Amino acid sequence: MLGFLIQRFLQAIVVLVVIAALVFLGVFAIGNPIDVLISPDATQQIRLDTIARYGLDQPLWQQYLAFLGRLAQGDLGRSFVFNMPVLDLVLSRLPATLELTLAAVAGATLLGVPLGMFAGYRPHSKVAKLLMGLSILGFSVPTFWIGLVLILVFAVSLGWLPAGGRGETVTVLGVEWSFLTLDGLKHLLLPAVNLSLFKLAMMMRLARAGTREIVLTDTVKFARASGQSEWTILRHHVLPLISIPIVTVFGLEFGSTLAFAVVTETIFSWPGLGKLIIESIQSLDRPVMVAYLMLVACLFIVINFLIDLAYAALDPRIRARR
Amino acid sequence: MSAPLLAVRDLATHFFARNAVLKAVDGVSFTLDAGEILGLVGESGSGKSVTGYSLLGLIDPPGRIVAGSVKLQGRELVGLPTAELRALRGRRLAMVFQDPMTTLNPVLTIAAQIRLAIAAHERVSARAGRARAAEVLTRVGIPDAARRLDAYPHQFSGGMRQRVAIAVALLNRPDVIIADEPTTALDVSIQAQILTEMKALVSELGTALIWISHDLAVVSALASRILVMYAGRIVEQGPTASVLRAPRHPYTSGLLDSLPARAEPGAMLRQIPGLPPTLAALPPGCAFQPRCPRADSLCGMAPQVTLTGVRGWRCHHPLDGGPP
Repeated sequence: MLGFLIQRFLQAIVVLVVIAALVFLGVFAIGNPIDVLISPDATQQIRLDTIARYGLDQPLWQQYLAFLGRLAQGDLGRSFVFNMPVLDLVLSRLPATLELTLAAVAGATLLGVPLGMFAGYRPHSKVAKLLMGLSILGFSVPTFWIGLVLILVFAVSLGWLPAGGRGETVTVLGVEWSFLTLDGLKHLLLPAVNLSLFKLAMMMRLARAGTREIVLTDTVKFARASGQSEWTILRHHVLPLISIPIVTVFGLEFGSTLAFAVVTETIFSWPGLGKLIIESIQSLDRPVMVAYLMLVACLFIVINFLIDLAYAALDPRIRARR
Repeated sequence: MSAPLLAVRDLATHFFARNAVLKAVDGVSFTLDAGEILGLVGESGSGKSVTGYSLLGLIDPPGRIVAGSVKLQGRELVGLPTAELRALRGRRLAMVFQDPMTTLNPVLTIAAQIRLAIAAHERVSARAGRARAAEVLTRVGIPDAARRLDAYPHQFSGGMRQRVAIAVALLNRPDVIIADEPTTALDVSIQAQILTEMKALVSELGTALIWISHDLAVVSALASRILVMYAGRIVEQGPTASVLRAPRHPYTSGLLDSLPARAEPGAMLRQIPGLPPTLAALPPGCAFQPRCPRADSLCGMAPQVTLTGVRGWRCHHPLDGGPP
């Protein structure tokens, strides 16, 4: 186990170094941030001073080395636009995205897996066919359109729910959370539903396919022959057996939603990471983009590691191989 | 003689495919006495496994029991509500399957699987469940059972896995165990061990056993009575010794001739010509007719069962029974 941890740690460092190079090169190639930073009528002297202050007059490789050096010390630079340390900026936006993503992915899983299992258990029932039809909708209708329709129906026409923002927040452990207040929950609901529809469809299809396959196996027949009820069989035999692909998708969806909830956050003016990255791309706020991408890489490394641990917890055969 | 433990009459289980009805079991009748070991023999696709599943009501759609009756101590099982049938499964009727690799759940410990089987019929504390699991595993010959309760199926050998499955079947001392080729997937030496132990266990507990197999040699070592199935029907039945010594149905005789033990050393094995019929295209009349050396025009009509004492067969031209 220790060997496995060390191996994974070294892998993670290699991945991060490679990502750092790609990110630096990619971001460097985009536009010239100076044009955004100073007003068009600034003097040439102000312009040169600004360039020197941000180290943009040095050769690319020196900038990269300086960047790596600062990165190793945990210093990701200051935002051009907000003029504050990037790490603080990104981390201040993380909780908003975290709670939105968690609500969406967990909701999709908790609802999608049982529905999918039902559809796999009774594949010829009308309900199962309806669920599968709806899941195709969930896959194919674009997120931004669903978001707009949700706002139109629930915020504009019915006026039940707010159209955007985080609402009232409560500070716990120095971080602001929306889900702890009623008003915050109301604000959370529409964007979470918007984000979760696609995932709900996917979880349903995944659970259905797994269940259909497992209920035909001798494992289930043997459990039936010993008198176990259908509920026991679904809960104790089928669910553990289909959980590995579900955990995989849960992890990857969680990571990618955390990183790229851009569309939903923009539509619902949710002040999270997605909104931050879009704004920083528009204003060519390089340090923010870099810090954000590095954070995403770290997130995926951590999530993949957790998925591997979950595999081992779920399937003893994988444990044995390690 | 008292009423039989299990009485099956004219059982018919059909599978409804898109444009055909597959008569997997087509009018099977037999009885089973308490503590008796009955062998059910036939080629793949003869309907022997479906017969076994039908007894427990474990036929999945598109299959269905369309006719007949299964009575356990006089109680009709066909058409019983699911909940009542479920209460009988594992308690009065149990089943062991062919491949122990696939019957046990790979992600649950042995103790967890046995506990689920116990909990299907009674409330039991975790501790009492473990004790009971260890006891039943010891009974089926798993050494050091208490220590291996938390092992997973993949940590057991094939023979040990099948012992666990047998332990689950024996858990509630059922009246009948239906064993569907339980030794086919095992090594020959393990096969013999399991056969011997199974025989001892059922005689110790007074459990009746229906042993389903394509292997006449295995069945003859175990069963006191044999049923031979062909294309969904029982074509011959009788006490094992009598059937083996003097088969009346040409199919039984063909099966016996194809046993390696009966062949001259070095000589080619004799086989039954042709292939087992597919259920979708059964010949009219006697299903064995196209492969039968004794067939004639009479065989275009389905033969009825001829019963003489304990022997029975379904043939227009039975082989000579020899001196009774």
